[in-house]
Amino acid sequence: MAIVELHGLRKFYGGRDVLSGIELAMGDGELICLLGPSGCGKSTLLRIVAGFIIPDAGQVLVGGRDVTKLAASKRQMGMVFQSYSLFPNMTALDNVRFGPRVAGAPKAEQVKRARELLDLVGLSSHEAKFPHQLSGGQQQRVALARALAVQPQVLLLDEPLSALDAKVRLQLREEIRRIQRDAGVTTILVTHDQEEALSISDRVAVMQGGKLLQVATPAEIYRRPADGFVARFIGSGAVFAGRVERGHVRVGSMLLRADASATHADGSEVEMFIRPESVQIQAHDGELPDGTVAGTLSESVFLGGLTRMRLTLEGPDNHSLWADVPSEHAEGFKPGHKLIAWWEAAAPRVMPLSRE
Amino acid sequence: MNRLGVGGWAILVVAALFFGTPLVLTAAFSFWEGGDRYGFEVYGLLWNSPKLFEAMALSVELSIATVAALIVLMVPAVICMNLFAPKLRPLFEFIATLPFVVPAIALVAGLSALITGPEWLIGTPFYLVIPYFFIALPYAYRSIDVGLRSIDLATLTEAGQSLGANLGQIILMVVLPSLRSALVGSALLTLAVVFGEFTFANVLLFHTYSVYINEIGQHEVTAAAALSAASFLLTWIAMLGVLIAGGGKTGPSGVR
Repeated sequence: MAIVELHGLRKFYGGRDVLSGIELAMGDGELICLLGPSGCGKSTLLRIVAGFIIPDAGQVLVGGRDVTKLAASKRQMGMVFQSYSLFPNMTALDNVRFGPRVAGAPKAEQVKRARELLDLVGLSSHEAKFPHQLSGGQQQRVALARALAVQPQVLLLDEPLSALDAKVRLQLREEIRRIQRDAGVTTILVTHDQEEALSISDRVAVMQGGKLLQVATPAEIYRRPADGFVARFIGSGAVFAGRVERGHVRVGSMLLRADASATHADGSEVEMFIRPESVQIQAHDGELPDGTVAGTLSESVFLGGLTRMRLTLEGPDNHSLWADVPSEHAEGFKPGHKLIAWWEAAAPRVMPLSRE
Repeated sequence: MNRLGVGGWAILVVAALFFGTPLVLTAAFSFWEGGDRYGFEVYGLLWNSPKLFEAMALSVELSIATVAALIVLMVPAVICMNLFAPKLRPLFEFIATLPFVVPAIALVAGLSALITGPEWLIGTPFYLVIPYFFIALPYAYRSIDVGLRSIDLATLTEAGQSLGANLGQIILMVVLPSLRSALVGSALLTLAVVFGEFTFANVLLFHTYSVYINEIGQHEVTAAAALSAASFLLTWIAMLGVLIAGGGKTGPSGVR
C-alpha cells in the first residue's frame, strides 16, 4: 500500500503529445478511476505507472520512491488486464501462485496464499481448472487474485470489466470494490464507462487529449464538472454556449435562467450545462413566464420510474433540452406537444467557454 | 458421410488411390524375390546390415541436432521479433521463404565454397546441420510463429512482468509450455525434412539414411523399395504426431 504521485508526466508518439503535464497524487488505499474516451491517454498513463512505458518527461513516485525508470518486474504492482491474460498452461491455483513462485517463496506458502486468494474471490472449488475451463468472469477473478498474490504496492486494473457481459460486469464491479477495500490496496482503474467510474471510485480523473481535465469525487464531478467536456462526458444533459447577461445566459434570442453573476462578468463567453433531473416541464398554454423557455417535445425515452424527454427549443438553432419526468406524469405528453420548461437558477453549471 | 457428401468421398477415394497405389505397389514390390516368389528376404538382409543402422543413427543424430539448433535459435528470435520488433515480420517471412526458392544444389555449392570453420564441425557429418537448419527453417519458423500468434504473447509477457518475473522466467514458465504443439510440430517436420534430404548429404559424401537408400538401390532394388516404403511410413507417423500434438485439448502444457 502506498501513496502514488505522478509529476509532470509527458509522452510523445509520432510527434504528438499523448500525455502532457500529468499531475496526480493518490492517497493510501484510494481507488481512482482514469476515465475518458478512447485515445485520451488513460491506458498510456496506466502503463507508465506499471513500468511498461518510460515517459519522456516527469516522475512516478510510489511511497516517495522514484520508480520512473524501474523495470516493471521490480515495481511490485499487480495488474489486471482487459483480456484476462491468465497463463494458459497453468491451473487457476498455479496462476495465482505464479508471483510468489518467481519471488522464491516456499511452495507451501505459495499454495497457502493462492488458496486464500482464490477463496477471497469465491473460486476455491475451481483451483484445478485451466483458464479455458473458466468463464470470463471467473477468469477475471483469478486474474485479480493473481495480482493480489504479489501483495502489490499498487493495483492496476486496465478496463478489467470491458470484456464481460452486463450482469457479470455489475457483480464483479462490486466484488472488486469490496476486495480492494478489504485489502486496502491503492488502486488505479482505467475505464471508459462513466457509470463504472462513478460507482466504484473514491475519485475520478477525467482525461481528454492527454490531459487531466478534472480530478474529484464522483459526486463533485457529476455536480460541478470543470468544463463543457467533463459535463458532456459524465452523465447526460444539455450544454448551451452563450454570453452572461445580468447573471443569466443569453443563447441567441433565449435568456436562460442561471446564477452566474458572482462568477462571470456580464458579456463573458460561457457554456451553460443543465442536467435532465433539474428541468421541469408543463404544457404550454400560450403564456411564457419569466425564466421559462418554450419548446416542442421531440422524443420520449422510458427509463422505468422516469421518462427522459427531449424538447426542441424554439428558435433558429434548434437547441435541445432534456428533462426527466416521473413516468406517470410523462404519459400525458406526446411528441409534437408544445411545452414550457424551467429550472432553479442555481441548477445550471455555468463554465468558461471551452476552446477545444 | 453426410458432412463430406458423395462428391467429397469420391474425391477422397480418388486421392487415396492416386497417392496410395504407388506406395502399396512399392511396398508389395519390396517383398518380390524373383519370378513369382514373395517373402521377407530383403527385410532380413536389411536387418542384418550394419550400414543401414549407422545411416539411420546418423540421420537421427542430425535430426536432433537440427531440431535443437532451430529451437535454440528460432524460438528466442521469433519471440523477440513478436515482442520488440513486429515491424521486422516481413523480413523474417522473406528469410523463411528463401530456402524454398534457392535450389538445394546451389545451396550446397555455396556452402562448400564459403563455409570454413573448426575441424570438429566442418570435418564431421554435423556440418550438415548448417544446410539442414536452412531447409527446415520455413517449416520451423511458420510453426513457431503460428504458435506464438495463438497466444497473446505481449499481454502474457506484461502479466508475467507485473508479477515480478523476468523475461527468461516468462519464456521458460509460460511461453514455451504454451508452445508445446508448435514446438512438437516444428520438431517433427524438421525430422521428416532431415530424414528425406538427399542432395546435401550425397554431394558432401556423408552416409545418411537417404544416401543409403540410393546406394542400396543401385544393386538391390527391392531393398530400396522397402526402405522407401519405410520412409513414407516414418514421415506419416511424424505427421500423425503433428496432428495429435496440435489437436489435443488444453492441458498442463498445451494451448487451445
